Amino acid sequence: MSRTGAGFSAGRPDDTVPAGGPGRSARLRGELRRHPSLLVGGVLAAAMVIAAIAGHVAPPDNPLAINPGHALAPPGPGHWFGTDQFGRDVFSRVLYGLGMDVVIGLIVAALAFAVGAMAGIISGYLGGWIDDIVMRVIDIVMSLPPFLLALSIAVVLGNTVRNVVIAITIAYVPYLLRLTRSGVLTMRGADYVLGARAVGASRSRVMALHVLPNAVGPSMVQAALMVGWAILDVSGLSFLGVGIQPPSPELGVQIAQGASYITSGQWWISVFPGVAIILTVLAYNFLGDYADDKLRGQGS
Amino acid sequence: MSGLEIVGLHVSIGDRDVVRAVDLHVKPGTCVGLVGASGSGKSLTALASLGLLPRAARVTAGRILLGGDETVTPGRDRSAEVRGSGIAMIFQSPRAALNPVLRAGHQVERVLRRNGQRDDLTRRCVELLGATGLPEPDKIARLYPHELSGGMCQRVMIAMGIASEPEVLIADEPTTALDVTVQAEILDLLDDLRSRTGMGMLLISHDMSIVAERCESISVMRQGEIVESGTSWAVLNSPRHPFTTELVRDVTYRPGIESSPAPSSSAGPADGPARKDGR
Amino acid sequence: MRPLIEVRGLRKDYRRGGEVLHAVDGIDLTLLPGESVGVIGESGSGKSTLARCITGLERPTSGSVFFQDADVTGLSDRALRWFRREVQPVFQDPLTALNPRWTVRRLIAEPLKIHGERDVERRVDEVLRDVGLAKELMTRRPRDLSGGERQRVAIARAIVLRPSVLVLDEPTASVDMSIRRALLALLKRLQSEHRLTYLYISHDIRTVGETCRRTIVMYRGRLAEEGPTTAVLNSPGHVYTQTLISAVPRIGRASARPDRLRARPVSSQQLPDTGCLFAHRCPRALPECAADPPVVEITPGHRAACLLARRASRPP
Repeated sequence: MSRTGAGFSAGRPDDTVPAGGPGRSARLRGELRRHPSLLVGGVLAAAMVIAAIAGHVAPPDNPLAINPGHALAPPGPGHWFGTDQFGRDVFSRVLYGLGMDVVIGLIVAALAFAVGAMAGIISGYLGGWIDDIVMRVIDIVMSLPPFLLALSIAVVLGNTVRNVVIAITIAYVPYLLRLTRSGVLTMRGADYVLGARAVGASRSRVMALHVLPNAVGPSMVQAALMVGWAILDVSGLSFLGVGIQPPSPELGVQIAQGASYITSGQWWISVFPGVAIILTVLAYNFLGDYADDKLRGQGS
Repeated sequence: MSGLEIVGLHVSIGDRDVVRAVDLHVKPGTCVGLVGASGSGKSLTALASLGLLPRAARVTAGRILLGGDETVTPGRDRSAEVRGSGIAMIFQSPRAALNPVLRAGHQVERVLRRNGQRDDLTRRCVELLGATGLPEPDKIARLYPHELSGGMCQRVMIAMGIASEPEVLIADEPTTALDVTVQAEILDLLDDLRSRTGMGMLLISHDMSIVAERCESISVMRQGEIVESGTSWAVLNSPRHPFTTELVRDVTYRPGIESSPAPSSSAGPADGPARKDGR
Repeated sequence: MRPLIEVRGLRKDYRRGGEVLHAVDGIDLTLLPGESVGVIGESGSGKSTLARCITGLERPTSGSVFFQDADVTGLSDRALRWFRREVQPVFQDPLTALNPRWTVRRLIAEPLKIHGERDVERRVDEVLRDVGLAKELMTRRPRDLSGGERQRVAIARAIVLRPSVLVLDEPTASVDMSIRRALLALLKRLQSEHRLTYLYISHDIRTVGETCRRTIVMYRGRLAEEGPTTAVLNSPGHVYTQTLISAVPRIGRASARPDRLRARPVSSQQLPDTGCLFAHRCPRALPECAADPPVVEITPGHRAACLLARRASRPP
């Protein structure tokens, strides 16, 4: 889209673009206005992170301290989120568990991206029978819903944090691999790749500087979204008793432990961890939306 | 029957006037040319006549009439009543303008149905496709846009445009994406349809030579305003505005002259676009 | 004078579904130093494929490409490194031909970096000035520039290594008419200042007519006509060329034109593979056109592959 501008040479109307631009804070404000998802996601995510850090560094109460005398206290001045059946402060537990889940989510997303993106790039770049084999393996793995797959792997491997991370990562790698691979395949035919070859760029240079940066975009967006999904999966697995075990205050564990108390009126033990999960997943969904917006705005 | 009349049209996007005081009159049976560079506002003028302005744009002054009836004024937009029936439009990239998941014939039939035709849809559709010069129109009707060449897609779009026997057809850069021989065929077709159905045509292009070849009158648009307008003969032979002069000079066809005289000041580094602050 | 580029019997086939498409079907071409040779063809003529084969971006199915007597046919990118300094393409649409995430400076500097040139900053400045772009544009990205500016960046990138040949594929197709003249003037000036040789590929007869001294006309991968531009455009020998010229819009009512000649519209898919490939659309086709057309020398240097072309009875 060309802009009709002002000045022209030789009486010829030309399109011009004004030089210069606004300062950095003005640009940020403009960005936030244009992309409300960044604002919402950013604020939420920041709030969650701060809460999580506070939960580990300076929790109001020891999340693990059992205090039978104050068991099952409803939310109130001393315990904002109430206490659970062991008298533990739910607020502190939620903050602490939030920290755990967010960290696990980030690790899973980062690992899955690293492995998946790299494998996708290699597979797409090399092509041929290597690519064929990789794709068939991926097809097999993807025939199972990710949660079930993670569940099966976690059951086999055992109930430790490390194994849960591994299980979920394995379930996510295929998606990132496929995304990156298709990005590579698309970019390989792009005109500017041809242009790079035309000025003498070697194949590896073309891959590294031209294909890669434009190919990994969608998978980075996906990885951002996967932080939220990983949190859901971790808490889901832990809720089922397959993932992280009590007394660890992981959010899924908390929901499980409070489940039987809902019917007798002590809703706060399960609900607050649940809300924490929802807000965190929402935050990453918004951030993923923003990243997607930016990605689409680029390059066309 | 007075065709399409655009009187004093002003269109704004935000607080910017992108079309200013534009007057155009397309009488039935005639071809009016609208020439200008991209961004000069010519497409917006056309879209305003069909009530298809982008959401951010608004008609802020002037009126548009079709066949003597007012269709668009700043407060009121009745263009939906005549869109696709009294006045139709064809666009630049034919393959992009057609629905990729519908067969060509189906898309023509939709237009027919929207204009009240109930029976005999297939026959009328094939008739229309044939009228645009498509060979074996019954076979073409069953094809999808991606199976057709650019020229064929444009003919399908023209069939959709004339399906309702409109009073006026607006063609916005109808041949820019096409080869020169196909371009000539399409323009011939439009001329032919015009003389057979008596419809008026507004031909919009950035290429003065196309307009010069086909239109009885020419309006030149620049930065939202009409800077010159008149009969083709007058505009081409005695242009008054310097921009028009440039356009006419650009397209005077001189076959095979290799070294054209270096245009006045467009050689050298000053050739680059000048800067100006503000948009 | 020895030719700078010589193309002999070039063929490029593509396999589509079960069929073979002869995109380039036996093209011979020579480019002398300092020349501007135009290649006119519509879509499907194979001109872009020809350009890619000549610049080494595609490997031809058969035939050869010589640069300064060295055979560069089908060599790998690595083997062609030196060749790339000499022969540069300029693509049709700079929006897709330039990496959208790179700044202008980086785009122009890349060829220099690849070939280990020093003084990158100074050379980039120099070449920006040469193509008439303001220095402030260095930090912009292609989508922030106007169409004309983008194409200038593409040209700058092509000349930064001081090549001897530019292969331009529709360089003015993506800009308005009003910008076209400025771009053509730029190309002309660069050619004389840097002693460049141009292979100018286009479907726009007008621009080829204005810039090239010699022209070839391609139709469906084959050579229809070639010769001095004035001869080809003013007295075309091949009927296809005649329909092309007739189709160029010009001032004056189209219907009233005496030389008006139109090709028959193409009907769906069956395209003939033998004899004259244009015959089924030719308004003056004869039954004899089903056989391979002869190459008629209309005047020395002006040839057409058409039965109806006649040798000029008088010398030019």
